Amino acid sequence: MNPVNYLYLAALLFTIGATGVLLRRNAIVVFMCVELMLNACNLAFVTFSRLHGNLDGQIIAFFTMVVAAAEVVIGLAIIVTIFRSRHSASVDDANLLKL
Amino acid sequence: MENLIGLLVAAPLLGAAVLLCGGRRLDRSGPWVGTLLAAVSFALAVALFADMLGRSGEERTLTTTVFSWVPVGGFRADVGFQLDQLSMTFVLLITGVGTLIHLYSVGYMEHDERRRRFFGYLNLFLAAMLLLVVAGNYLLLYVGWEGVGLASYLLIGFWQHKPSAATAAKKAFLVNRVGDMGLSIAIMLMFTTFGTFAFGPVLEGAGQAGEGKLTAVGLMLLLAACGKSAQVPLQSWLGDAMEGPTPVSALIHAATMVTAGVYLITRSGALFDAAPTAQTAVVTVGAVTLLFGAIVGCAKDDIKKALAGSTMSQIGYMILAAGLGPVGYVFAIMHLVTHGFFKAGLFLGAGSVMHGMNDEVDMRRYGGLRKYMPVTFVTFGLGYLAIIGFPGLSGFFSKDKIIEAAFAKGGTEGWILGGAALLGAGITAFYMTRVMLMTFFGERRWQPDADGNAPHPHESPKTMTVPMVILAFGSVFAGGLFAVNDTFLKWLEPVTGHAHGNPPVSALTVTAATMVVLVLGVALAWARYGRKPVPVTAPRGSWLTRAARRDLLQDDFNHIVLVRGGEHLTRSLVYVDHTLVDGVVNGTAASVGGLSGRMRRLQNGYARSYAVSMFGGAAVLIAATLLMRAV
Repeated sequence: MNPVNYLYLAALLFTIGATGVLLRRNAIVVFMCVELMLNACNLAFVTFSRLHGNLDGQIIAFFTMVVAAAEVVIGLAIIVTIFRSRHSASVDDANLLKL
Repeated sequence: MENLIGLLVAAPLLGAAVLLCGGRRLDRSGPWVGTLLAAVSFALAVALFADMLGRSGEERTLTTTVFSWVPVGGFRADVGFQLDQLSMTFVLLITGVGTLIHLYSVGYMEHDERRRRFFGYLNLFLAAMLLLVVAGNYLLLYVGWEGVGLASYLLIGFWQHKPSAATAAKKAFLVNRVGDMGLSIAIMLMFTTFGTFAFGPVLEGAGQAGEGKLTAVGLMLLLAACGKSAQVPLQSWLGDAMEGPTPVSALIHAATMVTAGVYLITRSGALFDAAPTAQTAVVTVGAVTLLFGAIVGCAKDDIKKALAGSTMSQIGYMILAAGLGPVGYVFAIMHLVTHGFFKAGLFLGAGSVMHGMNDEVDMRRYGGLRKYMPVTFVTFGLGYLAIIGFPGLSGFFSKDKIIEAAFAKGGTEGWILGGAALLGAGITAFYMTRVMLMTFFGERRWQPDADGNAPHPHESPKTMTVPMVILAFGSVFAGGLFAVNDTFLKWLEPVTGHAHGNPPVSALTVTAATMVVLVLGVALAWARYGRKPVPVTAPRGSWLTRAARRDLLQDDFNHIVLVRGGEHLTRSLVYVDHTLVDGVVNGTAASVGGLSGRMRRLQNGYARSYAVSMFGGAAVLIAATLLMRAV
């Protein structure tokens, strides 16, 4: 199978993720969309690794996974805390820092 | 001997310090302390003079450096003195006349509560004036120059409770500042041209410097001289300066300080000789002022202001002579010295008259005083004969020489200058005769003042009459003493140099012409003020008289041109500031404010909109990168 198709898939996933981040209000969904974008990137990295025949892309993918895991821990903690205090997970309600 | 020069300045300075800081316990003895220190200074001057006479003409200059004042890199200013024949002449005049006037003031200021302070100021003046003339470089001269300005300000405004005196002091100070500006610019120019302030190198180097630069220096020095010596166009302060006590008018505003301009020009003679344009400006100023002052003197009814006009006019003669170059320097200084004697004497006489007349200054309220004040009458009369140039008296010798030198300038210029000087001599005879007749002759015109106190004219005390008598002797004999065998010429020639002019007419003709205008002036004054009784209230007079009463509209001119002009200038500058400068600043602020107001809308607090800008930014970056690659 032509590896370029994986790139198309990665682009599609990234677009879906970006659209979700921009359009959804629910913090959990936004968060999942961010993960989707990260994984789209991973897919692209691995595909390029395969295309160029070296391991750089795969190593970067591992890094990304580690960063994503750390991000999930902190991000979920924040979302849970916000939900506790405001009884809502909408990103639009968290605007206390607005002027 | 060199060390004595410093003491010369230090003695009156010590007096000033003691009297001004000494407090009330010196109130009683203060006048005598001040007089004593002035006399000490005079004694030192005489000692130095005797020492100087012991050496031959070329070796008479004493120079000494006391300490290095401002040594900074290539810049070097020393406190150093130079005492040559020119300085010596001034030192003797200043300390001699100064001591006499201190003595006179003891009597004149007897009833003034603040007389200790008065003597402190007088001593301060003496110190500053002596510093001015013995300074060995221009920067130190400038210190003395400012010092006499300060002393003059303090003494004009001595009776500061009178608003007119306070205003006059301020006026004198401000007008003098304009001249001082000229002197400071001249000194800076000298430093950039010659790299030093000392008289020697500057004056010797004058030949090598460019003429344009020397002309600039000369004109700036002239401006300085105009301010200090009350010459047109900076003459307006002298008349008002008569608000000060009369001894001050005699010492500062007649005999010494106002002649500092003549000293400056004579001292800088080498610079002026190399800058003919500046010299022309000097003689023009001199000729204009000698007529200006004389005309003003004719119309004033205030005895001191009439004498002030006369001072202005006589200094005009000196400036004229100094502007003629080596032909005239000696005669300028000679007239300066004789003028110092007779004008100080005249002022002291006027003070004596005022002293006996309850401080009345209006000559229309005098009359017939010769019977009441015989000593004052005789001394004043001798001063009068000296100033009009009566043959054989001081003024005759010195003024005649100046008129002769003015004719010797040659060409049309010589005729104009000589004619002006000759005309001035005639007007001098007129106004001085007028003063004399109105004060001492005719019927008595004084009346009780508003409080009903009729004046009882009486002769002044001994402390006042003695200085008047001594000055009268000077007025009579000084000129003859100087002129016999050209004594003064030989004395001063090593410093100033001298050249004989070639007048287009013989000296005898000039003398005869002077005599003719003298007689005409006296006769005219006699016809107007001697034969007919003098009205107590001034008649309206011709337009010239009315203008001269207002000092030939000098204050109106200053008001219209300088005050109004200044106001218009500031108003337009304020307008420009408000519209243009503020407009640019406020406009910038408003546009930045408006722009940021719009930018603020972007910060709406929605995480999604921030995400849009992030994605947008990333998209733009990528697009740009790709575009750059493609290109």
